[in-house]
Amino acid sequence: MVKGYEVVIGLETHAELNTESKIYCSCKNQFGLEVNTQVCPICMGMPGALPTLNEKVVDYAIKMGHALNCKINSVCKQDRKNYFYPDLPKAYQISQAEVPLCENGYVDVYVDGEERRIGITRIHIEEDAGKLLHSDKFSGSLVDLNRCGVPLIEIVSEPDMRSSAEAKAYLETLKSILQYLDICDCKMQEGSIRCDVNVSVHKPGEPLGTRSEMKNVNSFSAAVRGIDYEVNRQIELLESGSKVVQETRRWDDDKGISVSMRSKEDAQDYRYFPEPDLLTIVVDEDRISALKEEIPELPNKKLIRYIKEFELSLKEATAISENVAKARFFDECVASGEVSPKSVCNWLLGDIAKYENANNIAITETPVTPNKLVELIKVIESGKISNAAGKTVFEVIIKENKEIEDVIKEKSLAQVSDQLTLEAIANEVLSNNEKSVNDYKNGKTNALGFLVGQCMKASKGKANPSMMKEIILKKIEG
Amino acid sequence: MELYNLSGYELSKKLESKEISSKELTEAVFDRIDSVEDKVDAYVTLDKENALKKAVEVDEKRASGEKLSRLAGLPIGIKDNISTRNLRTTCSSKMLENYIPSFNATVMDKLNGEDIVITGKLNMDEFAMGSSTETSYFKKTKNPFDETRIPGGSSGGSAAAVSAGEAIMALGSDTGGSIRQPASYCGVVGLKPTYGAVSRFGLVAFASSLDQIGPIGRTVKDTVMLYSAICGFDKMDATSKNMSHPDYLADLKCDVKGLRIGVPKEYFSKGIDENVKSAVLSAVKVLEQNGAVVKEVSLPSTEYALNAYYIISSAEASSNLARYDGVKYGYRAKDYDNLIDMYEKTRSEGFGDEVKRRIMLGTFVLSSGYYDAYYKKARLLQRRISKEFCDVFKEVDLLAAPTVPSTAFKIGENIDNPLKMYATDVCTVTINIAGLPAISVPCGYDEAGLPIGLQLISDKFNEQTLLNTAECYENIMGGFRRPVL
Repeated sequence: MVKGYEVVIGLETHAELNTESKIYCSCKNQFGLEVNTQVCPICMGMPGALPTLNEKVVDYAIKMGHALNCKINSVCKQDRKNYFYPDLPKAYQISQAEVPLCENGYVDVYVDGEERRIGITRIHIEEDAGKLLHSDKFSGSLVDLNRCGVPLIEIVSEPDMRSSAEAKAYLETLKSILQYLDICDCKMQEGSIRCDVNVSVHKPGEPLGTRSEMKNVNSFSAAVRGIDYEVNRQIELLESGSKVVQETRRWDDDKGISVSMRSKEDAQDYRYFPEPDLLTIVVDEDRISALKEEIPELPNKKLIRYIKEFELSLKEATAISENVAKARFFDECVASGEVSPKSVCNWLLGDIAKYENANNIAITETPVTPNKLVELIKVIESGKISNAAGKTVFEVIIKENKEIEDVIKEKSLAQVSDQLTLEAIANEVLSNNEKSVNDYKNGKTNALGFLVGQCMKASKGKANPSMMKEIILKKIEG
Repeated sequence: MELYNLSGYELSKKLESKEISSKELTEAVFDRIDSVEDKVDAYVTLDKENALKKAVEVDEKRASGEKLSRLAGLPIGIKDNISTRNLRTTCSSKMLENYIPSFNATVMDKLNGEDIVITGKLNMDEFAMGSSTETSYFKKTKNPFDETRIPGGSSGGSAAAVSAGEAIMALGSDTGGSIRQPASYCGVVGLKPTYGAVSRFGLVAFASSLDQIGPIGRTVKDTVMLYSAICGFDKMDATSKNMSHPDYLADLKCDVKGLRIGVPKEYFSKGIDENVKSAVLSAVKVLEQNGAVVKEVSLPSTEYALNAYYIISSAEASSNLARYDGVKYGYRAKDYDNLIDMYEKTRSEGFGDEVKRRIMLGTFVLSSGYYDAYYKKARLLQRRISKEFCDVFKEVDLLAAPTVPSTAFKIGENIDNPLKMYATDVCTVTINIAGLPAISVPCGYDEAGLPIGLQLISDKFNEQTLLNTAECYENIMGGFRRPVL
């Protein structure tokens, strides 16, 4: 509720699939290459060129359908969506109209520690358009067709979200699911996930309000800003006695405002009709179930498991589960059964995260494997090396592919736990610090810390601190 | 007899036995072009230099003992909506006046593999929309049998060139009769293959679900030779049928004994010229006398086919032709104020009236609010028509009907009356709607000496029966009669 209004949000999310080649031709599907180099007569829409469907696109979309609990339509067709724009060389986009590949699903997302179920209306496959470029050196617009024919899935949600926070959680869940399925690069800055936002507001108990659709929302934080802006705009309109009109608006994230693009009356008639150049898509049941087998445990399920089984906090569980690489790393460490999940979590979200952020690198790109981290945790927890020495080892093995044992030896980091050696150090320190010994005997208990510290110093940090403390206490108190 | 007047089949034998060279033959054809092209206007683009170069190359290959295909060294013309790499492909439109494809249509790759000599690109109705080749932006092709008359369309240039000896054979395309109808008007043989038998990759689309490339020749054998070379599965065309085709020429059998021929009564009803009716019925009689079993059959939905055809074909055309927007290639208006203005002016200036008429019609029938009433109904009708054919082919092996209701009309006679023009397609469009193969073979002449065509129709992928029957009929009747030019 915002200012006494209920907010209703539905999202249309476009995700670019990371197949090797484009959806209807064999051109490479890759971002960032020189303009108009990843093109052929088919994706450029030259006269007489015909599309043929890349079946991988169907597989990827079906996987997403399974992940979002959809019904998979084993028979569906592709349709032409007709409109003119310079980035659309055929002047129609091949998409799916009446019958999408997947429909009637849902996804559970977590907002403020609560589970919310968001309905999925449909997921369909379609091709991306090119991109208009502008240059100061040139008065008109230029067109880059590299993106033409890049495969997309459009995921349409039910109007089930009630706040921008829910919308953000939904988008983040979709993103991590796409990553888990490894079907999308999820690079927001490259536009691999984009969304259109539908928003309306109404007073509780009253019918749904008129909705507006907002385009050009290019990041999740922009979605939050755009929704909040739109909710306020609509409430202000209603409060001032005006009406919300059904229209398409464009979000300008730099200015933080949305502007009207076209009203309902000017809505384009896309004249959808079945694409005659392509056959009906028929997917047999075996293929559908084989794809279901390939679906891994998904992030929203993992989250619950981490909280319930491993007693991680919601924050910790989210941070690990939302990142597929982290979650896999975590699961492998825990599966060894030799270390506690909590220790692994502390490392992953502590030193490892710090290193990842500082160096803009993922743990999977370093020499540290799950086995190595388990080993490191073990040598620390068993007391073989100190916590501090553990950090020193980590700093080496994150950069170089070295055995932990070798690092400990090279840097002589092994903790000294030999009773006689430790007693010899204690004797020397105590005889050199009689004043502190007396202080302690006179009740100044913090003198003990000083004495232990001196012993650690004398051992060059290698003495086992708890044993050291015990020996000193015994000697002073006699 | 002049070389250009011999059939492709005979020429192929002469080339193989080195009685003649491809260079001689190609020169003969270009000499013929030089002498009659002024009257016929069949070509949009001639490619003499490359043709002669190719002919010499083929002769050298043959001299070196290389085993060559049946078509090697034969001068063949190509309809100007079939993409030819480095050779202008205009669709007879101002829109593509200077468009040179960077790739070959699959049929061109196949024919180049057979070492054909390409004479040039043949005139047609603009984007294959028309029945007279009068909608070409460049020129009006004349009927070699009477230069005041149209050659038919849209493959009018292809049929006229073959008829006039300006090519030994030609490729056309057929969306609603565009091969069979001009073949009938020009007294030659034209085959519209089953939908999916020949790859459409590189054929500039008019109506994707109806378009097929097919051969035109002066004899059935020539048509079979060319068809054998172009048919077959192509992974670049999702609608092409994955099957193996027989060697249609080797399997050609001249025998109609016991063949069940159906005469669909709806194809002989009102609007069919008496000359045409009697010529077609006597052709059927000839086949009956030679052992075929003839019976009358009915295809009740035939009368709706023309409507369904113009709705479906125009709908697809409106979308297929949207890409000609002045942005990437082809014509662009000189002066415009903004993007929309550029689109509007480019398309208003670049397309001719008939193309614009179909784009508007197609846009209308797909519009929201009208889709169900027009496009959807037309598709339902298409299903009904297909079902009727399916049922009738349980009773008979082939259907015999006129190709066109009358003989060739005068240039200009129908150009301002689209409905009358569309009505000339009444016997052919149904076949495209049902995706069936059909052939038109000459079966007589009216009192003015204008050719009449017999249309034979078979079930899907049963081209062999069609070709056998056509061959048999041609053998009995003596075949192609040359026009006097």
